[in-house]
Amino acid sequence: MKPILEVQHISKQFKIGAKQESYLSLRDFIANPFKKKEKDDKLFLALDDINFNVFPGESIGIIGRNGAGKSTLLKILSKITPPTSGKIICRGRIASLLEVGTGFHPELTGRENIYMNGSILGMRKFEIDRHFDSIVDFSGVEKFLDTPLKRYSSGMQLRLAFAVAAFLEPEIMIIDEVLAVGDAEFQKKCLGKMDEVSKSGRTVLFVSHDMSAISTLTKKSIFLDKGKLKEFTSTPLVIQAYSQNFHQTNVHNLLPATDIPSVTKVELITSEGGILQGNEKPLVINFEVHLPFDLMGMAFSLQIFNYLNQPVIYNWIFDEGNSLKRKKGTHKLSIKYDKIKLYQGNYFIRVHLAETVTKRKYQQFDCCPFEVVMIDKIAPLWGWQNNVCQYTEHGKWSSINKVI
Amino acid sequence: MIEYEIAPQKKFSLGLKELWHYRELFYFFTWRDVKVKYKQAALGILWAILQPLIMMIMFTLIFSNALNVNSDGIPYPVFALSGLLIWNIFSNGLLNSANSMVTNANIIKKIYFPRLIIPMSAILTALVDFVFALIIYVLVLIYYHQDVSILKLIVYLPLSILITIITTFGLGTFLAALNVKFRDFQYVLPFMIQFLLFANPVLYSTKAFNNPWINAVMKANPIASAIQLCRSIFTGQIVDWQAVATGSIVAILLLIMGVYTFRKTESYFADLA
Repeated sequence: MKPILEVQHISKQFKIGAKQESYLSLRDFIANPFKKKEKDDKLFLALDDINFNVFPGESIGIIGRNGAGKSTLLKILSKITPPTSGKIICRGRIASLLEVGTGFHPELTGRENIYMNGSILGMRKFEIDRHFDSIVDFSGVEKFLDTPLKRYSSGMQLRLAFAVAAFLEPEIMIIDEVLAVGDAEFQKKCLGKMDEVSKSGRTVLFVSHDMSAISTLTKKSIFLDKGKLKEFTSTPLVIQAYSQNFHQTNVHNLLPATDIPSVTKVELITSEGGILQGNEKPLVINFEVHLPFDLMGMAFSLQIFNYLNQPVIYNWIFDEGNSLKRKKGTHKLSIKYDKIKLYQGNYFIRVHLAETVTKRKYQQFDCCPFEVVMIDKIAPLWGWQNNVCQYTEHGKWSSINKVI
Repeated sequence: MIEYEIAPQKKFSLGLKELWHYRELFYFFTWRDVKVKYKQAALGILWAILQPLIMMIMFTLIFSNALNVNSDGIPYPVFALSGLLIWNIFSNGLLNSANSMVTNANIIKKIYFPRLIIPMSAILTALVDFVFALIIYVLVLIYYHQDVSILKLIVYLPLSILITIITTFGLGTFLAALNVKFRDFQYVLPFMIQFLLFANPVLYSTKAFNNPWINAVMKANPIASAIQLCRSIFTGQIVDWQAVATGSIVAILLLIMGVYTFRKTESYFADLA
């Protein structure tokens, strides 16, 4: 059997200068029309010699940290941007879902948007006609079909958008973290639909930070790291490789996503320096958040997980009344624990970024593994043993001498 | 089974086959733009009729009543309107298409389809307005009891529209491509269009000038030839076919320049927009 997708030596180069300043101004051009390309225009390989084959009916997960090149790979596969070198041979129609509701217009009604969105996604009018009732059914917005989209709640907009996409019938489907948005119930519905799609024998490429979604939906996965293909094998093995590949540094600079709010920096200031943190000693975590547009209100939270992937600590900050970090730009946030009571062991941080009013989730990712050690503490008789607890607390003992 | 390749662009091609495959998108984009344009207006699509009417009245007051501009022997409103019809296709079409890639940037960054559809639909939107404006045109003709040669009407009018569309499309795609890279064009364009309104014989006759240089420029100007052609339906004046021929050649050259620039740069729009 021939592969449905043959990805051969795909590379994509960006100029970092051009990436930050997304368009040139004519002034620069007029000022220096003959000037050679600036030397400080650093070239940046978003993808570096990627090779893999996908066979019909396979579902492939793509994982990697922010800036690893996942979105770039999807954009090349969807023909939105060309590769710098290499080629991809496709043996089937590709439909890509890099965003739900592409082409939705707030002034058009739900009905009109179904047609607009469907045709942008590559459906023919007769196909949309044929599926129209099922789309409306799936979305559950039949009452508001002739209401302009701007009167819809964001949840309804999402449901409608996903409903249209769910009835696409391409041979290859490319999906980028669509599930990161919407409420839990909606996410479940989408996951169910995607499971159905992959079971129906279609090829699905699926990017996500959500390891549980990846492992339920896919059997094989690709692990991208800094533009290189690190692993391409069965999903559990890839997830393992991914989680072992955390940086051993306490500063995590992440490339900002270009069009959604994103966390660009996480810095851990531990009591002992590096990734070592003392039990009941101060811990400070600094964040930098980049907003490409104004938010209705930011919701930011972090969880600290232990090595068994169990959440131990949860802290959150919401935009409640006071306008917290709404403006476009880069913002700094910081959290300080005076005496963190984590027991010795390995931990990592999970960051969540969302918008309060719309409840849109923008980001969720894991970073900053660190190790808690017991320093300046009086050890128990048999020393500090692993995993006797996760959390330390002072209790007052009292003993009664008289035995009843 | 279909098989195709995704690779860096090497050869230049028009991509006509693909355009045909996506033909329904022309309709949907145009339909969306027309709908959205008039959706929140109480008078709705009536504005497509009112706009040229108001312009006609305004220009008649200034140019005919106040300045006494020569109108080739036909009533000035008919004269102005026949120029304005062509002019509006050009100016609206150019403005729409030049900005189209930027206004649709969110779609371009998320989904693939032949990009030429966007500036093309932007011009089709201007054509829809033109069709409505024709109603006013007919009413004005009836009001002034203007004699119309049917033969001239069915030959000259489509020809003049065709020249206008080709010119608009050429310039529109050219500016759309440049606009993605240099947003300055967004600010230059309104001035350019205002200047062109006075540089074209929309409000005055082609015969207003004696300067041979200006006349030469007018001959090479496809919009001027289109207007001249459109007007001669009523004035009964002989069409300067030499001007129409040179104008058409210029229009085709503009088309080649525009489409070539656009196709050459379109694959990088998503990176730049």
